[in-house]
Amino acid sequence: MAVDAAGYSLKLGPRTRRRKLVNLVMQAIATLAALAAVAVLVLVIYSVARRGVAALSWDFFTKTAATFGQPGGGVANVLVGSIVIVAGATLMALPVGILVALYVSEFAPRRLANLVKLVLDILNGLPSIIIGIFVYGLLVIGSGQAAWKGSFALAIIMLPLISRATQEVLALVPSTLREGALALGASRWRTVVGVVLPTSIGGIVTGTVLAIARAAGETAPLLFTTSIAANAVTWDPRQPVLGIPFDIFVLSESPDPADHARAWALGFVLITFILVTSLTARILLARHRQKLEG
Amino acid sequence: MAAVTETPVLPFRRRLGDRIGDVTIYALTAAAAAAAAALLIAIAWKVFQLAWPAITKYGFGFLTRQGWDTIHNKFGALDLIWGTAISSFGALLIAAPISIAIGLYLSELAPRGVRTVIASLVELLAAIPSVVLGLWGILVLGPFVGEHLEPWLHDHLGFIPFFGGFPENSGILVGILVLTIMVVPITSSICRELFLSVPEELEQGALALGATRWEMVRGVILPYTRSGVIAAILLGLGRAVGEAIAVSQVMGAGHGIHWSWFATGSTLASKLADQYQGAVTHIQVASLLYLAAILLVISLIVNLIAQYIARRFGYQRAGGS
Repeated sequence: MAVDAAGYSLKLGPRTRRRKLVNLVMQAIATLAALAAVAVLVLVIYSVARRGVAALSWDFFTKTAATFGQPGGGVANVLVGSIVIVAGATLMALPVGILVALYVSEFAPRRLANLVKLVLDILNGLPSIIIGIFVYGLLVIGSGQAAWKGSFALAIIMLPLISRATQEVLALVPSTLREGALALGASRWRTVVGVVLPTSIGGIVTGTVLAIARAAGETAPLLFTTSIAANAVTWDPRQPVLGIPFDIFVLSESPDPADHARAWALGFVLITFILVTSLTARILLARHRQKLEG
Repeated sequence: MAAVTETPVLPFRRRLGDRIGDVTIYALTAAAAAAAAALLIAIAWKVFQLAWPAITKYGFGFLTRQGWDTIHNKFGALDLIWGTAISSFGALLIAAPISIAIGLYLSELAPRGVRTVIASLVELLAAIPSVVLGLWGILVLGPFVGEHLEPWLHDHLGFIPFFGGFPENSGILVGILVLTIMVVPITSSICRELFLSVPEELEQGALALGATRWEMVRGVILPYTRSGVIAAILLGLGRAVGEAIAVSQVMGAGHGIHWSWFATGSTLASKLADQYQGAVTHIQVASLLYLAAILLVISLIVNLIAQYIARRFGYQRAGGS
């Protein structure tokens, strides 16, 4: 007897076919979105590199800006300025950031710890220009600009980043290590200084490097705290200095193509520094986490 | 009777150095935490203190007045609030679906080998400094938008009010695109982690019932992570609202209230960056600080709501960079 095959066909009905099609389209869209993001990254880096490399030279790194209207000249003062500002910021933010993280993960009662975490997240979310204005109002009005005031502004940006990174590594330190130290009769502070911190030092360092990479590119906090007129090379944090991002900002709004060339070159230097440091830090951090997680 | 020898109780006394050390480290860490909290309060206090002359002089009328007249000292924030709203809204309109799509690709679709690579590349996008993105925005993206994208949008979609008006090299649309590039890495990496947190058995269950992958995403993943995705988008909004540098580079510092995305514009934050050295008179500075105070309040509200949602639904890593 012949079975009526119509109702049991293995062929896909129109409804199923439509569902499969929708699925395919959506997968394609998701893939394209990810590719587009990567493409934008490549495009930006390529644009900056192509225009920036041309202006790089020995003079560019070792000389200060030429007198107005003259060709040539370099950005030595700007590079040194950025180093001074960011180094100062790291010195300020690193100890405080680690202490806050220790308080949150080793000492604080749960509720207080959550409150401090919330404070850090809110600090992290503040527009960076607000931080610039705060430091301007607190330190600059009445006494002028100085590199260390810029450092203070950047330190406020770095504090939540360092502290959060440290908290995350501290949370990975096995509690058996802490208990072992305490069981051997070590006091709390010896446990923290002798066991917890050394175990997590790798993560703290990489977290700090990531924060440095972020701070090195910040412009807004420095608008009001560093000086556009600082043309001499100085390592003195009490002097006003000019940093790389701020200089790019000023040059980018100039109508002069020579200024644009300098801006591209500075952008290339900055972006290279940031990409290299943050990539290295990310790789090291992944390794360190793997080691702690076993 | 045998004398019961009492075992002597060993005196348990911690060494003085240890006691001092314990107290010191506790005090130091607690002081640092208190300092962080004090810093947040000091920031809010200082901004309002500096803005106070303008707040008392103009009152809330400042919020609804238009224009920035430095000659007659008539200041208003309405067009800047408008500029902030329209640019952030536009950026999120583009960034939210893209971020969700990237999150889905990275959590569900990408082959294991490329997954972490693409995820780190997307996160690296966030590492590009805003000033470099702004430079690229003025000199590369702006001319492309003004000469190709905007004429095309005007010809084909001109009936939408956003795409009316004259194409220009700098304007709100360039700002929106630059903001989108800044927001996407933040929201998409949070989305990815959210989607990865969906229990495997729910996903497998949906697939076992015959759902296609997309139906599983729509029916299981998105409903399960909805509140987290909203928090992620709000954090992106906080970033877009507060960005000063790149926006002031590419949006052309225009004034007025338009629907058109081709027109130049200013936001609260970009106005602050534009005027960094131009403000002279006392009341002018105070008025700028009034803008900063408005920006501060908006960003605090957005961030607090985002953190509240994130914490309420047990997603702790929101806000991580």
